[in-house]
Amino acid sequence: MIDLLQLAAFNAAYAQAIDSDSLEQWPGFFTEDCHYRITHVENEAQGLPAGIVWADSRDMLSDRIAALREANIYERQRYRHLLGMPLVEAADEGTARARTPFVVVRTMHTGESDVFATGEYHDRFVRRDGRLLLAERVAVCDSTVTDTLLALPL
Amino acid sequence: MQEQAIHWKSAANTRIPYRLYVDEATSALEQERIFRGNTWNYLCLEAELPDAGSYRATYAGSTPVVVVRDADGEIYSFENRCAHRGALIVLDKAGRADDFQCVYHAWSYNRQGDLTGVAFENGVKGQGGMPETFCKQEHGPRKLRVATFCGLVFGSFSEDVPDIEEYLGEEICARIERVLHKPVEVIGRFTQKLPNNWKLYVENVKDSYHASLLHMFFTTFELNRLSQRGGVIVDDTGGHHVSYSMIDPAAKDDSYRNQALRSDNERYRLKDPSLLAGFREYDDGITLQILSVFPGFVLQQIQNCLAVRQVLPKGIAATELNWTYIGYADDTPEQRKVRLKQLNLVGPAGFISMEDGAVGGFVQRGIAGATDMDAIVEMGGDHAGSSEGRATETSVRGFWKAYRQHMGQQAADA
Ligand code: FES
Ligand SMILES: [Fe+2]
Repeated sequence: MIDLLQLAAFNAAYAQAIDSDSLEQWPGFFTEDCHYRITHVENEAQGLPAGIVWADSRDMLSDRIAALREANIYERQRYRHLLGMPLVEAADEGTARARTPFVVVRTMHTGESDVFATGEYHDRFVRRDGRLLLAERVAVCDSTVTDTLLALPL
Repeated sequence: MQEQAIHWKSAANTRIPYRLYVDEATSALEQERIFRGNTWNYLCLEAELPDAGSYRATYAGSTPVVVVRDADGEIYSFENRCAHRGALIVLDKAGRADDFQCVYHAWSYNRQGDLTGVAFENGVKGQGGMPETFCKQEHGPRKLRVATFCGLVFGSFSEDVPDIEEYLGEEICARIERVLHKPVEVIGRFTQKLPNNWKLYVENVKDSYHASLLHMFFTTFELNRLSQRGGVIVDDTGGHHVSYSMIDPAAKDDSYRNQALRSDNERYRLKDPSLLAGFREYDDGITLQILSVFPGFVLQQIQNCLAVRQVLPKGIAATELNWTYIGYADDTPEQRKVRLKQLNLVGPAGFISMEDGAVGGFVQRGIAGATDMDAIVEMGGDHAGSSEGRATETSVRGFWKAYRQHMGQQAADA
């Protein structure tokens, strides 16, 4: 049975990977054929499928990290994820559905820290070879506005 | 203190006073002469107003406006400002309404923006009420002229602005028609807040010079950079532009073969190349077309990734960029999926365009304290017309040509 504690521990490790700049670890939290999307409440409410980021494979997530490291130009920045308690909607031996609220504070290289995003992860977890993985994570932001650019994953 | 007038050093548009991006008086004058002047402001898509009563609240520059379809099938637009004390009439971004009522004192309006009801107009129990002389027909929010073209809804405060087709000109019309040639469907909306003056973003859109220099994504991933044919079109007013290019399938094969030889580049390649696996949907072979309409509208076709962008000034050093992502109503599920994937190229997290959201801020921060200095916009000479090459700033100069025309800014030595 996948339980709350396992989900909370998973999320803690997920947030730590991003916030500590271990971005190469990030795709490893997902299944190979995962869906990952960043959107906002209005698109979700209206069933509009587009994302700020839209991926349907772990490889697409790896490509994002490679692009951030090698190709994209953006000012250095860090995130601090504060994740709430997962609200477990369904769980059994091998799968779980949960919602977890997040706050992401972004600190720019200038030293400014701002609340960059708040919202809720809509997640579908699966257990593969004993490991918990995300088959789907939709980061639904509360605000419809994104400040300047979104480089690091949420 | 006397406002110092903007000083243009030359009649050509090769030197742009930095002051234009930081000046309060300029900003206020732009609202009057450009956004409420002889221009057409993009408001929304016709597809977003499907039925009688469908409305959207949006902006023409910084002026809040409502766009609504009435029972006669026509689209109307009026300022989102109550005739009574000036409160917003419509608070939601979009919805359906038979009529509109201001929440403050319940004055009401029909879908064409006429004032139809004043609460307690005749007073209560014979006391109060509006004077006999008050005539509802004489009051109401200002109405905009509305024009539609290929499903795009534009509004203008001007009685003198030419009809939309004339405003756009033949070439721009044709380039809009090539993309919006059949009904579209909205597949997502995102707003990006930019830390810079609105003109810096519009210039960025028109600047075909920066594309392969700032955006390293394509070159790093060795995709779509070779043998591109294309050009820049600038209309006679200078204000509208198209830049376009096409991937030559033969050249693409070559570059692909070349890459395969350079195995040490393997780690820079896309692990999931489906991101760029598009399909051919236009007969002319053009794989990229960025089109702008003065003052703040952009229509984008990057491969199969289609979007419209609305550029809205929010004060001097802030801009809201509204992205509306679209597909065609008759897309197959496979085609729709291609568009969703390719959207990773644009928007606030776009492999290509995330950087455009930041460079305007770099300029805005960089020009602090340089209000007596100018930007150099001289790539490709000083003309502001169409060009075959894209290593030019011709359409940026075109923007300033139109801008100065609308603003009535003459060159000091002209
Ligand atoms: S301000 Fe709208 S009714 Fe008074
Ligand atoms: Fe760009």
